[in-house]
Amino acid sequence: MMMAYLALAAILFSIGMFGVLTRRNAVGILMSLELMFNAVNINLVTFNKFVAPEVLTGQIFAVFVVVVAAAEAVVGLAIVLLLYRNWQGIDIDKINIMKW
Amino acid sequence: MGETLSTGMSQFVIFIQENPVFCILAFVTILSALYVVTLRNIFHCALFLILALFGVAGIYVMLNAEFLAAVQVLIYVGAISVLIIFAIMLTSRLATKQISQTNEQAAVAIFVCAGFLMATLGSMAYSVWRVSRNTLPENNVLALGKSLMTDFALPFEVVSAVLLAAMIGAIVLAGREES
Repeated sequence: MMMAYLALAAILFSIGMFGVLTRRNAVGILMSLELMFNAVNINLVTFNKFVAPEVLTGQIFAVFVVVVAAAEAVVGLAIVLLLYRNWQGIDIDKINIMKW
Repeated sequence: MGETLSTGMSQFVIFIQENPVFCILAFVTILSALYVVTLRNIFHCALFLILALFGVAGIYVMLNAEFLAAVQVLIYVGAISVLIIFAIMLTSRLATKQISQTNEQAAVAIFVCAGFLMATLGSMAYSVWRVSRNTLPENNVLALGKSLMTDFALPFEVVSAVLLAAMIGAIVLAGREES
């Protein structure tokens, strides 16, 4: 049963990775990132339940991951709005001012 | 070869019959995650992201992590999805156009992701996990709250500082006046 959860998390992580690699839209990349965070959280909770159920460290770590993901989404979407205002578009391929 | 395939298939069917709830949740989650990364209309992607997050919340319930399931519904479905939909609507000029939403590296990305998935599943199948015989404590949420307030009090406070910094940063970034 543990394998099924781990396999689900691996599939979800790969799908999210595909989205991050192929999306042009910055908001799409952020959504794929959320999928990857969720895959990692499933892994943490699964290991907590099946390998180390005496302590709840995995679940606590997952809570922290959720909080940091929320902070990341807030700052990321603010940056997206700023890019939209200054470049009139959020196409990641065209935004390369930090590339030397 | 054909025999092992058929026994594998029958094992798979038995697994589905024994765990129907998990299979439905996993199917919904994976299907909507695929829609999130492949659909052209970015607004539909956000709606399917909400469905995928609900599926993950159900998976948390099946893993006896009730508090995390509630947090998932409140924070992800309630807050982050609304934030993402707001951002899509505010940047709607790109969203409504039926232009290609993916770049030209899709074929390479499929190759890389499939390879990653195969490597992960393969290493998973050949590893030995030290599965514990114990079970999670009965009153899960209570134990979680206690350890958040005792053993993990410092990370708990640090994470609230992180949230405050992110909030101020977002206000400073997005609320800047045009000069």
